[in-house]
Amino acid sequence: MAEINEKQMRASQLYKKRNSFEMVWRQLRRNKGAIIGLILLIVIILGSLLAPVIYDYDTDVIGMNVRERMQWPSAKHICGTDDLGRDIFARIVYGARYSLAVGFVAVIIALLIGTALGAAAGYIGGIFENVVMRICDIFSSIPSVLMAIAVVSALGKSTANLMLAVGIASTAPFVRVARAAVLVVRGEEYVEAARAIGQPDWKIVVVHILPNCLSQIIVQATLRVGSAIISAAQLSFLGLGVPAPAPEWGSMLSAGRLYIRDYSYMTLFPGIAIMITVLSLNLLGDGLRDALDPKLKR
Amino acid sequence: MHRYILKRLLMLIPVLLGVAFIIFAIMDVAEGDPVYQIAGPDATEEQLEALREEMGLNGSLVERYFRYIFKLIRGDLGTSYVSKMDVMQLYLQRLPNTLKLASLAMVVAVLVSVPLGIVAAVNQNSLKDTISMILALLGLSMPNFWLGLLLMLLFSLKLGWFPSGGAEGFRSVVLPAVTVGVGLAALLTRTTRSSMLDVLRQDYLRTARAKGVPEKRVVFYHALRNALIPIITIFGVQFSNVLGGSVLAETVFAWPGVGRLVVDAIDQRDIPTVTGALIMTTMLVTLVNLLVDIVYAYVDPRIKAQYTK
Amino acid sequence: MESEKDRNVEQDILNIENLRVRFETEDGVVHAVNGIDLKLGYKKTLGLVGETGAGKTTTALAMLRLVPDPPGVVECDRLEIDGQDIRSISTAKLEQIRGKDISMIFQDPMTALNPVFTVGEQIAESIEIHEHVSKDEALKKAGDMLELVGIPRQRANEYPHQFSGGMKQRVVIAISLACNPKLLIADEPTTALDVTIQAQVLELMNELKEKYDTSMIMITHDLGIVAEVCDDVAVMYAGHIVEQGSLEEVYGETMHPYTEGLFNSLPNIKNRQAMLKPIHGLMPDPTNLPPGCPFAPRCNYATEECSKAVPALKSVGGTHKVACSRYDFDKDFLIDRRKK
Repeated sequence: MAEINEKQMRASQLYKKRNSFEMVWRQLRRNKGAIIGLILLIVIILGSLLAPVIYDYDTDVIGMNVRERMQWPSAKHICGTDDLGRDIFARIVYGARYSLAVGFVAVIIALLIGTALGAAAGYIGGIFENVVMRICDIFSSIPSVLMAIAVVSALGKSTANLMLAVGIASTAPFVRVARAAVLVVRGEEYVEAARAIGQPDWKIVVVHILPNCLSQIIVQATLRVGSAIISAAQLSFLGLGVPAPAPEWGSMLSAGRLYIRDYSYMTLFPGIAIMITVLSLNLLGDGLRDALDPKLKR
Repeated sequence: MHRYILKRLLMLIPVLLGVAFIIFAIMDVAEGDPVYQIAGPDATEEQLEALREEMGLNGSLVERYFRYIFKLIRGDLGTSYVSKMDVMQLYLQRLPNTLKLASLAMVVAVLVSVPLGIVAAVNQNSLKDTISMILALLGLSMPNFWLGLLLMLLFSLKLGWFPSGGAEGFRSVVLPAVTVGVGLAALLTRTTRSSMLDVLRQDYLRTARAKGVPEKRVVFYHALRNALIPIITIFGVQFSNVLGGSVLAETVFAWPGVGRLVVDAIDQRDIPTVTGALIMTTMLVTLVNLLVDIVYAYVDPRIKAQYTK
Repeated sequence: MESEKDRNVEQDILNIENLRVRFETEDGVVHAVNGIDLKLGYKKTLGLVGETGAGKTTTALAMLRLVPDPPGVVECDRLEIDGQDIRSISTAKLEQIRGKDISMIFQDPMTALNPVFTVGEQIAESIEIHEHVSKDEALKKAGDMLELVGIPRQRANEYPHQFSGGMKQRVVIAISLACNPKLLIADEPTTALDVTIQAQVLELMNELKEKYDTSMIMITHDLGIVAEVCDDVAVMYAGHIVEQGSLEEVYGETMHPYTEGLFNSLPNIKNRQAMLKPIHGLMPDPTNLPPGCPFAPRCNYATEECSKAVPALKSVGGTHKVACSRYDFDKDFLIDRRKK
């Protein structure tokens, strides 16, 4: 009997999910901004994936070429060359690999830790919830840049540590979102029903509660990737990110800054790259939020 | 209300202790054991131990943490490894500059964003709305240090209107403040707009119109008072980001604030300075959040009622 | 001069001809009000009766030019209140009229008050605007108004969340009466309240109306309330007036099948064993109204003819008017209610 109930319940949920996926896509397609964001993002991701095919890392991206140093944008170097004669466009294309990797991995770290803690806090409640939320408060009152700076300086400069630092600094919002979403869904009838037929708690959370908070978590994650990319660039700009000579956008800006008076293009293009990437994520995130939660659509 | 404030102040204590512990623990990992470097390779184990004692590095993490806290209560943050100066003094020297930068940035942000958000909401889906929203989105997507570099390039290097660095007079704070303020302005514009849109649909505005309240007063008095509530919340939450953003702006414009202090100290592995400055900054954020909560209660009588209960 | 003279002879505080309101939304055009005429004499009370969605509230909002635009589009041949043409006056003039000459009590007292201002401030605001007095004087008069609606004046400094639903509605009434309006529109003023509170609020409104010689439009779906307070009745259905007349005419000699249906839906107090005879079905979708009589799909008396053309509102003696095609085709047609 219980088995039948459970099957039926899962089937109806599956139906609901598929249905809402189509609805979300239909909503999203109507949103011009979201589509522009999606296309931009796909282009950027494709570019970063194809970068090793187009450019040779050792010669084009980090190889010095003193004869061609400090050249303003031209047909040959559409974004010019830097102080070591490296083609800035090649470095930007390659740099997308770092920015996207750091952004996505950092957010996945934050999402996994944050959602697990938040969902547990919301579901268990009591002292556990209180402690988790207070720790969350503590983390959000430390400015996230400073938090990341502290973590990187503790662990040492490396790409992996940068990911970890940015991830830890963006965990708190996920805890909040997941907890709030679980609190809302916890009282719903289908959760009560699952509990009534004796499903274990972890299964209720994973099978019944989390899928229903997914939309908010996805929106939060999409928007957070953008800010994680900015955080990573900030740290690299301060000299605490991906070590040279890797073509990270933030460290390219840091290098270009020295020549800003006479070679402003060196500062211009990496910044534009960051902005377009973050913009595409924000456009997509806003569109997803509107599509997933029509109530919020204004 | 006073009891509420007192209660909140007491509740700050565990939060601050937690903050201090987290920062202390992270910086402890960062520090490693610096005595080897300082004492040189020939030092004996006794000499090292003596040096640890002298620097307050002996004992377990928890022991050192409590020692640190007791000193902190007396206002003692230790001594900088590099300048050998009192860390509290170093911090207090830099604090006014950071506060100047942060407050001007917030003023800039509010002056730009609230009117922009209101105009966008009142003319929903019009050209004005679209332009405001695109501007806000760009502001949100731009790394602020890059914006700072662009502002410096245009307004100080090319046009020469403002100095490109330092802290001499009011003109030198303008560019850093705009740099920090734009991100906040972008966020506040979006918050103001959505909050206004929410309020503009409320029945009580119809009541106000029905009793003959002029439209301007409906928007700027009846609606805005209600819309302010989420705006103030965002404002409080974002204060920590403003301080974070000022770290970058301070680097770009060589502004002698707390952010520069921290970044320089990390470069020089001056752990007591980093720890002290981070803890003090976080305390500042927490206090500002408390202040925002109190202001919040004065704007929304429903919340005030909850507090006084 | 001419218009001044007209105004003195003007018998009606309210004169509306052919009012139409539609909402142009993404999902289609909602025809909320479809050509109605209303007249109301001074010191009279009109009951505007109908189900939810019949267009009663929209009609009222149109009188104050408060229909949200976009998506609302309001058209009419005549809209005069106290002799003034509401259609053509400036916004500034309109703001002087709203709250002073004509004011409105809204349906839901829970959302009608601004949560961040004290009730005293909210009553005083209207006095301040229209009577050009100082803030202190306005607040003092706001206190008087609170007492008038049965709330101690000390409570003027409290916020809406500190009041119960019935008390809030009293505050809303105080706001709307603060400047002695000539015409008061009450939009289901008691629907959101408990039954016992309903009676109190109605009694209060009746009293105040008498005291200040106010004309009133009472919007309700409750025929009992109409019987208690109204002189005239207009029954609305799907944006049309289907029956109109004095209270005696409409209650005593009910003509329209829909009006009959409304009466039959009321529980019979004298005969508790009697079955309720509810009207079957739902109001037609206002984005897609049927071609003929909008009530035909639910009407027990409907014939094929009824779905061909929208019946016009025709006089049947006195001030009594009805819009039903059956009377045109069938000289002996009589609804059941009249047969008894």
